[in-house]
Amino acid sequence: MATRTSVVLNPAGYDLPDTQRRALRWTMYIGYAALIAGVFHGLANALSYAGISILGWFPGLSTYYQGLTVHGVANVLIFTFSFSNAFLPLLTARALSRPLHTGLLWASLGALVLGNLMVIYAVVGNRASVLYTSYAPLQAHWTYYLGLALVVVSTWIAMLNMWVAMRGWRREHPGERTPLLAYVSVASYLMWLLASLPIAVSFLGFMLPWSLGITETIDPLFTRTLFWFTGHAIVYAWLLPAYVSWYVLIPRQVDGSLISDSYTRIVWILFLLLSIPTGFHHQYTDPGISQGMKALHGVLTFGVFFPSLATAFSVVAALEIGGRRRGGKGLLGWVRKLPWGDPSVAAQILAMLTFVLGGATGLVNASFTMNQVIHNTTWVPGHFHMTVGTAVALTLMGVGFWMVPHLTRRALYSRRLALASSWVYTIGVLIFARGMISGGLAGMPRRTFLAEASYGSEAWRLPGILTGVGGTLMFVGVMLFFVVIGLTVVAGRKGAEPTDIPVSDTLTAPAKSGWEPVLDRLGWWAVAAIVLILIAYGPFFLGYDYTPVSPGFRLF
Amino acid sequence: MKIHTLEKAFLGAGLVVLLACAAALVYATFGMGIHLPGDHGRIDPSAVRSTAPFDAPGVRPLEDGRYEAVIIGSAWSFEPASVRVPVGIEIVFTATTTDVIHGFNIEGTRLNMMLIPGQISQNTYTFKEPGEYLLICHEYCGLGHHLMAGRVIVEDPAQFAEVR
Repeated sequence: MATRTSVVLNPAGYDLPDTQRRALRWTMYIGYAALIAGVFHGLANALSYAGISILGWFPGLSTYYQGLTVHGVANVLIFTFSFSNAFLPLLTARALSRPLHTGLLWASLGALVLGNLMVIYAVVGNRASVLYTSYAPLQAHWTYYLGLALVVVSTWIAMLNMWVAMRGWRREHPGERTPLLAYVSVASYLMWLLASLPIAVSFLGFMLPWSLGITETIDPLFTRTLFWFTGHAIVYAWLLPAYVSWYVLIPRQVDGSLISDSYTRIVWILFLLLSIPTGFHHQYTDPGISQGMKALHGVLTFGVFFPSLATAFSVVAALEIGGRRRGGKGLLGWVRKLPWGDPSVAAQILAMLTFVLGGATGLVNASFTMNQVIHNTTWVPGHFHMTVGTAVALTLMGVGFWMVPHLTRRALYSRRLALASSWVYTIGVLIFARGMISGGLAGMPRRTFLAEASYGSEAWRLPGILTGVGGTLMFVGVMLFFVVIGLTVVAGRKGAEPTDIPVSDTLTAPAKSGWEPVLDRLGWWAVAAIVLILIAYGPFFLGYDYTPVSPGFRLF
Repeated sequence: MKIHTLEKAFLGAGLVVLLACAAALVYATFGMGIHLPGDHGRIDPSAVRSTAPFDAPGVRPLEDGRYEAVIIGSAWSFEPASVRVPVGIEIVFTATTTDVIHGFNIEGTRLNMMLIPGQISQNTYTFKEPGEYLLICHEYCGLGHHLMAGRVIVEDPAQFAEVR
């Protein structure tokens, strides 16, 4: 039997100072608050596809598209990043057995709160119904752009906090390999740090001055390209925290082990290198971008599928090891022996299973030619509700089933209700995605108030109904989740909470010599990523003639 | 670093699948001639209606025997709202927008383009069946986005020539 090495410095445990736990707890609460704010609108959007409009029931809501903006901004931007701002630094501190920087923790939370207040002001007042993609020349109130930029700044501060902790640890442990849990946490946000720069440039350098009237006009293709420069990597920024849980936490939760330390680090390096230079596959149908550049990004998008394939192997292997250690026999007997009664595990395995379908549909999106059939149809939200909407969201809910008790020092309120929430959500998303994907193949448009559209199609009827039914079940699942979390926070039993984070061990220890320590040189890998980005985006931007032709339009 | 045999097989098979997908794309692009919109020139969005070919939106014959359908998108309609084209002959669709970003999607076809202010969008398609096809804007463009639609009427060449 191979030696088993922990993914953290000290497997016996480490407790963060109370003030830091409090900061992380509130950061996480903001994420969950955004999730709940967004899913009400998600329900309204899904029902619209079934021909039912419930907008009248939302006090203060002016239009369908205002609700859709709330759904997108709150669920994919605020929820994911707030949660990661709490989750990744918590794991880094645990991995290194050292506290974070308290000032940076509060600064990150402060930027997040301030950013949220500005976005809420803009969106609630119907001043920014531009959807989360924020395509110019639809023009939002300046508080929307500055608010979202502050949310990005909060992620940078969280990244800085982790980096400071890792640097400090390395100085004190020369010649040692960085504990794997810290490595993947930092590498995830390092990728995002690089990926977030184009959108920061777009929002602060172009959108903000334009919305303030400092500049009159803007070039819509330019800012749209900057958005997608960030916009594909952003989905990996949402996904990688979920991968952190699948790789290095879940094995422990199922009594398994992670198969390889180096393999895991290589997967993160591949994501660091390949997540960003792929954005043009979101712009296949755009004018003004050459087919050659689109093809290059298409190939790289296939490339970034590879580390996810590697993930599928590693994660399932860890589950199998766990199932066999728990007494599973035969080819698939180990599946039944997995701890399905643990709501944190059940949620995340369901998230993984759904992700298989999400990944497969993603290959169609990436396909240079097939993309024309499904671009901007409901196929696309059908796809991403199985990726970010389930692989990420359901994993972050599953993580919450131990993280909320861990941070509040209260036991999970109801295991059964927690289990029910994940199953209802998963059944819901599968019905929902079946509806959206089949509708998309028949040309059903996304981002469209179909309940009151001037056109329709018989071929969209059944898909629309499935979308509405599935979306309703997803809503019920999330509501059950909030009942469990809410009751845990206010009424969970004290003294019965998980005292430590579930950290795995690996079957192959990190090598101290040879080529493998090179994997830890994240700074150099970031430089390599930048080179690849320059190759993939340089020709476009060098040859681009920035022509600001569009004044702002407020058609909402 | 030791890599498990099964794992090598799994990753190898995955790589083969990805390469096969890439090969299929190359075939579709070069063998079947399925193209994406590319670089087709720029236009001032505030002067669209006085710039050729958008000064005369509608269908016109091209010298090489094909037809060009010139369409303008603006919040929240297409101009012209309906175009007639012949079946079995390649049609060049040329479109742009006068205000915000719009979508341009014809049901049941692969004609799927974004209309971006300042840019001219173009792609070609040969209809195989006569009939009426829905043209919709499939990118959010403001309050009336779900009202923005048009029609493409595909006719037999004889009927098309007669009405013309």
